[in-house]
Amino acid sequence: MHIPSYLMKSGGFMSRYIFKRLIISLLTVWILVTAVFLLIRVLPGDPFTSEKMTPEIKANMMKYYGFDRPLYEQYGKYIMNLLKGDLGNSLKYHNMRVNDIIAQTFPYSADLGIRALLFALIAGLCLGINAALKMGKFWDYFCITLAIIGVSVPDFILGSLLQYVFALQLKWFPVARWLGFKYTILPVFGLSLYTVALITRLIRVSMLDVINQDYITTAEAKGLSTFQIIWRHQIRNAILPIVTVMGPITAAVLTGTFVIEMIFAVPGMGKFYVQGIHDLDYSLILGMTVFYGVFLVAANFIVDIIYGFVDPRIRITGK
Amino acid sequence: MSRLIEINDLEVGFKTYGGEVQAVRGVSFYIEQGECIAVVGESGCGKSVTAKALLKLIPEPPGKIKSGSILFEGNDIIAYSKKQMQQIRGAEVSMIFQDPMTSLNPTMLIERQIGEVIAKHQKASRKQVYDRVIEIMKLVGIPNPEKRIKQYPHEFSGGMRQRVMIAIAMACNPKLLIADEPTTALDVTIQAQILELMKGLQEKFSTSIMLITHDLGVVASMAQRVLVFYAGKIVESSDVNEVFNNPKHPYTVGLLKSMPTLGIANKEMLATIDGTPPDLFKSPVGCSFMPRCEKAMRICKMAEPPMLDINETHQAACWLNHEKAPRYN
Ligand SMILES: Nc1ncnc2c1ncn2[C@@H]1O[C@H](COP(=O)(O)OP(=O)(O)O)[C@@H](O)[C@H]1O
Ligand SMILES: [Mg+2]
Repeated sequence: MHIPSYLMKSGGFMSRYIFKRLIISLLTVWILVTAVFLLIRVLPGDPFTSEKMTPEIKANMMKYYGFDRPLYEQYGKYIMNLLKGDLGNSLKYHNMRVNDIIAQTFPYSADLGIRALLFALIAGLCLGINAALKMGKFWDYFCITLAIIGVSVPDFILGSLLQYVFALQLKWFPVARWLGFKYTILPVFGLSLYTVALITRLIRVSMLDVINQDYITTAEAKGLSTFQIIWRHQIRNAILPIVTVMGPITAAVLTGTFVIEMIFAVPGMGKFYVQGIHDLDYSLILGMTVFYGVFLVAANFIVDIIYGFVDPRIRITGK
Repeated sequence: MSRLIEINDLEVGFKTYGGEVQAVRGVSFYIEQGECIAVVGESGCGKSVTAKALLKLIPEPPGKIKSGSILFEGNDIIAYSKKQMQQIRGAEVSMIFQDPMTSLNPTMLIERQIGEVIAKHQKASRKQVYDRVIEIMKLVGIPNPEKRIKQYPHEFSGGMRQRVMIAIAMACNPKLLIADEPTTALDVTIQAQILELMKGLQEKFSTSIMLITHDLGVVASMAQRVLVFYAGKIVESSDVNEVFNNPKHPYTVGLLKSMPTLGIANKEMLATIDGTPPDLFKSPVGCSFMPRCEKAMRICKMAEPPMLDINETHQAACWLNHEKAPRYN
């Protein structure tokens, strides 16, 4: 394992904090790989069972992929390859490396995910702040209602509904596929509504909490205008808690892409992942899970570090 | 001396689920230029609400200034617009609070927290603001201001944070400083330092101070006059000497008895006032202190005592001071 040498130098609390987070992240990934590796084999059936398959061919296939070896040996081999960055070959899509499948499909998933995440952040912040400032008035109730709908409608229903109303009936947007900006709108909206609702609620509560803090009274006693108080003192402190949940939120949005991708025929990882589970394509499932795992752990890791920077109470020593 | 601020018949209420709390029920007093006036009384008797009302900082809703006038340099600020109030807050009248741990913004540099009040009220360049912040930090006794200015509140101790609060309050040379229990949350040793600092600043700039406190020792060392609050009203108002030597309200007498003196080391020896203040949902008929008063008379149950003059500078709201009341020694 390579650890950048600057992390090992003594001194700053910050570098120790980052180092600790890094170790925890690596441990998480390792546990994830091991758990999925074992669980997948507990599923009934095997990757090669089908009508055409004779026992001899099946035995040959098992041997070819090394599934006849003891489990610990398979595990050891998998980990060794993984450390080299090799996720193995797909069992169903012959001749295709899992790495290549991911490389081909991930950009679409990432595109959709990042758009949805950005939209959720911006819309959630605007709605949440607005609701808090208009507490008890129309806008507040509007945002709360939206938030309740957003968290309670599952995304496959929402996706289908959007597709039916805005694409099939009203014909405002294309029904499916991923060929330009117009195509992104419905999938992004369908994917992000849950997160928009979640962020709206969090921000609203957080804003209302901050407004009752003593330092807001101090700011008022300074003679600052309402705008200055909201902008300088309230919003920044209200946003802080959101940073801590950005990790899980990212996870929710990125894993949510699978369902939305199926509905809107976005050529991302979703189709392969769902099909992979259906086919018990061990290396494909494992490879994609590990890839996502690393991705999410990394996202969490980055969020933790960002939080350390934005909240001065965590950032103990100076730059 | 002239009157800097004069409050007449101030009434403040809060609408709650249980009904309206009459937090301040007709309070009148004044503060002269350069004077320190102490406000004492049990918690919940309306001291903080009165103080906040002077700057119209009562959260509305649920609160409301229901009636009365607040004359600041002769102008009634009750009628002032939001904008006009903002010009007074922090510049003419400023305020420091009880808990320095929560009164500062945790995510804003000290420089900005002190600087923004200067930038708000004075035409000054960034450099001038910076210099003034350093100057005022020195003034309130924060060592190493050039370094401390780039820090956040969590890097300061409680006493140092209260110094920052004082720096913010004094940054624009206000005419009146309202200090709401500024030392209650601090260690005893720190308390003395903070009071010393305030006293020094008052002498230097002849700022008027309205000092809310539980500590009668503090009153004796700082204030020229004392207002005793009870259940949303002023029950005694007088020179500081008179309060200690010739208290005319049984509640004030009780407060003095419950004050630890050097002679009494054992806290259990201290007297307490039995009972609790009335809830303020409805105005009590008669004297609000009556249920706890050892010397209550029949009239105390029937009619609320008015402020009665003891002498020119001393008033108390107690029937015992009426000419027909029986005399105690
Ligand atoms: N925001 C509020 N909402 C409702 N009641 C309040 C509010 N602020 C103060 N009060 C009431 O006003 C009364 C006086 O409070 P306060 O002035 O804070 O007392 P103290 O003398 O301890 O400073 C209390 O009974 C309290 O319940
Ligand atoms: Mg108080």
